[in-house]
Amino acid sequence: MAAEELKTGPLEYRTQEGQMGIMGFWIFLGAEVVLFATLFATYAVLFGRTADAPLPSELFEPGIVLVMTFLLLTSSFTCGLAIHEMRRGSVKGLILWMVITLALGLGFLGFEIYEFVHYAHEGATIQSSAFWSAFFILAGTHGLHVTLGIGWAILLLIQIKQRGLTNVTSRKFFIISLYWHFLDVIWIFIFTSVYLIGMVI
Amino acid sequence: MADSKKRVPMNHVIGFILSLVMTLVAAWAAIQSDLPVTWVIIGIMILALLQAGVQLFMFMHVTEASSGNGHVPWNMMFHGFALAGIIVAGSLFVMSFGHDHGDTGEHQQHEQQESEDHSGH
Repeated sequence: MAAEELKTGPLEYRTQEGQMGIMGFWIFLGAEVVLFATLFATYAVLFGRTADAPLPSELFEPGIVLVMTFLLLTSSFTCGLAIHEMRRGSVKGLILWMVITLALGLGFLGFEIYEFVHYAHEGATIQSSAFWSAFFILAGTHGLHVTLGIGWAILLLIQIKQRGLTNVTSRKFFIISLYWHFLDVIWIFIFTSVYLIGMVI
Repeated sequence: MADSKKRVPMNHVIGFILSLVMTLVAAWAAIQSDLPVTWVIIGIMILALLQAGVQLFMFMHVTEASSGNGHVPWNMMFHGFALAGIIVAGSLFVMSFGHDHGDTGEHQQHEQQESEDHSGH
């Protein structure tokens, strides 16, 4: 692949820089999988070590967790639609679906903050026990990623307003879509192995 | 890119519906069903892996030929998840030896009772 531009295919793949940037992001995502793996492993090892703090089965509620899961799942879907619109060449469609994605992401964050505050009121904080430390670090690291993703996407929305769809801006949006879908992948595992298993056991 | 001309991307819609169904089935299995705990855990972990697959293959274009990146995205995810499995299973295995870490006797008993309850199911 020479440095010149391709004339067909999605904008983000037309230059070698774009292709390499996206490949680099896949490598970053591979590292993120391993980062979260260490947190999941810590959580799994410390499961049940609640000391004098409440048990997870006393605090986890299916309702709020399901709402959070559906918010994030839907936001992942709308983020996919945003990229679909981008590839059809529609800046308007891209911005519309991206804003919906961010609103859903903010909803998710709101519920997560409410949940954490609620747990703290019930006597489960990051200092309460080994189990709750592992829980808050795992869920909190995911929440931090969502927060960063929202800030990042807002900056990109400002940029696309100013510059329109180019090889560079579409590459940036494609990369944040990968990031956003990836956050949903991590949440699926938190939902399953933390909340559902926490409620079963 | 004939696909990108379509108004509604069907594979995204199918992926979204599949994710919703799998989430609901997992939640039902964990909360409502009377299945044995071991089966519930195995079942919902398989559902989680399938959902991750939906995200990767239907939403994240992990096998898109026009990316020019060949098998790199797929390889990164595969090896990432392989490492994740080794780290989690390996940690659980290693830390399962010598489980007395200064817990008070009361908690120890409580935990033991809990794990007996599980095997009893």
